[in-house]
Amino acid sequence: MTAKPTVEAKGLDLTFQTNDGPVDALKGVDLTISKGDFVSFIGPSGCGKTTFLRVIAALENPTGGSITVNGMTPDEARRQRLYGYVFQNAGLYPWRTISGNIKLPLEIMGFSKAERQARVEKVLKLVDLDGFGKKFPWQLSGGMQQRASIARALAFDAEILLMDEPFGALDEIVRDHLNEQLLELWARTGKTIGFVTHSIPEAVYLSTKIVVMSPRPGRITDIIESPLPKERPLNIRDTLPFLEITQRVREGLRAGHAYND
Amino acid sequence: MKRLLPVLTVLIVIIIAWYGAAVGMNAKWAQDQALRQNIELNTSVLIADTWNQDRPRLPAPHQVAQELWKTTGAMMIKGKAMSKRSLIFHGWITLSATLLGFVIGTGAGILLAVGIVYNKAMDMSVMPWAIASQTIPILAIAPMIIVVLNSIGIQGLIPKAIISAYLSFFPVVVGMVKGLRSPDQQQLDLLSTYNANRRQGFWKLRLPSSMPYLFTALKIGMAASLVGAIVGELPTGAIRGLGARMLTGSYYGQTIQIWSALFAAAILAATLVGIIGYIQYRTLKRMGMQP
Repeated sequence: MTAKPTVEAKGLDLTFQTNDGPVDALKGVDLTISKGDFVSFIGPSGCGKTTFLRVIAALENPTGGSITVNGMTPDEARRQRLYGYVFQNAGLYPWRTISGNIKLPLEIMGFSKAERQARVEKVLKLVDLDGFGKKFPWQLSGGMQQRASIARALAFDAEILLMDEPFGALDEIVRDHLNEQLLELWARTGKTIGFVTHSIPEAVYLSTKIVVMSPRPGRITDIIESPLPKERPLNIRDTLPFLEITQRVREGLRAGHAYND
Repeated sequence: MKRLLPVLTVLIVIIIAWYGAAVGMNAKWAQDQALRQNIELNTSVLIADTWNQDRPRLPAPHQVAQELWKTTGAMMIKGKAMSKRSLIFHGWITLSATLLGFVIGTGAGILLAVGIVYNKAMDMSVMPWAIASQTIPILAIAPMIIVVLNSIGIQGLIPKAIISAYLSFFPVVVGMVKGLRSPDQQQLDLLSTYNANRRQGFWKLRLPSSMPYLFTALKIGMAASLVGAIVGELPTGAIRGLGARMLTGSYYGQTIQIWSALFAAAILAATLVGIIGYIQYRTLKRMGMQP
């Protein structure tokens, strides 16, 4: 590919000043994400995976190194509304219906009323929540709420979808289902996705690129380009290549002493 | 019925205790009277007397109820609802000051809260003063407000409303600051990824989030407003308003009048707070907040 990378980080450092002294959340992170990649960040707590996602979204400022998004600074990219961010808990506004929640970014970005309605219907179909637009969040299950929050992130056609453990609070059955749906959605929309997770099978199942990180200081220990095909039924998780990647992720985590504390 | 029963039980207990207390407090007067006239009082006559004196120390509930009816409902039937002896008239005087003060206080409270949340300098400077303002006894400051305003020719409704506002802005400030700050970091981050400006953040996130806090504050503020209006009527020898009724009642030993004015104030407060409660219920329900 000759196009410039979607995200390019070089020697990225981020040090938080805390009461217990400085903490290196990220140290010397080099990473390139190309357009259309599905990149998972995996590692134990404190390895900086969420922090890295937040740096991409301009929610944190790096203290050293460089990072560009589509050739711009993250903040410029944020101003151009390049990101759809999905948080660990759905974070829907309880006083808005599902439609109302999805309309929130559209209202802020100044879409016309007709356009808002059309987009809401489109993304509700995309996440399989057809007919739930008039419900309030509390009337939906956790999995459905998280799907609504993904719909909200998709509504304004952001180029990059950043997901911070979006399925972390859900049970495994719902999670499997949503993973499948997410892959389908990714195939259909061709978005670039950054995905933070604690789960090795989830990371291997979803990603084209797996970034293994380790803590103190937060750094990348391994980057794995997945050889798995784009078409991935759930039972691909029982095949040899899948298990081999799983094995390599585990080794990467162990190499980062992630299991020692 | 399930909800009514405990309330009724408490009410009945209070009324019984009240009648009992009336006997105890008014018996001495009845006995003194009887002694002067050389009459022996048996117990049932004594008790009946304690419940029907003209100027009892503690009027019995039915006396207060009669007086309330005489000065409200009966006046209305006679078409004299706005006569100077009508509690409706006095209640309206107090109510108008209360409502004006409440509107001023709530408006000022909300504006101050917005300033405190959005402006660091105000955050550091205003809150300590707001707290300090509430440590000054209102009874000390109310006469000063009335005298000062009177000296520049402002009297009647406005000074009382200002005292009302002085009491009611505080709960609104505290409640709204808390409410406007109630969105968590994640919700603010989300708006940041949309590149929302401050105004959008206020109207779409902070203000709706603060609604439950606002209504709670409004209820406290409304009750405080009424107290402020009544206090504003006390120190100046006002001749109109519920406060004036209590004051003149105490000058002339008209305990029944004091108590009925007290009850009128309590009923007024309960009604006003009830109205806010109803609006709160409707608003929050429409916002999908009460499953």
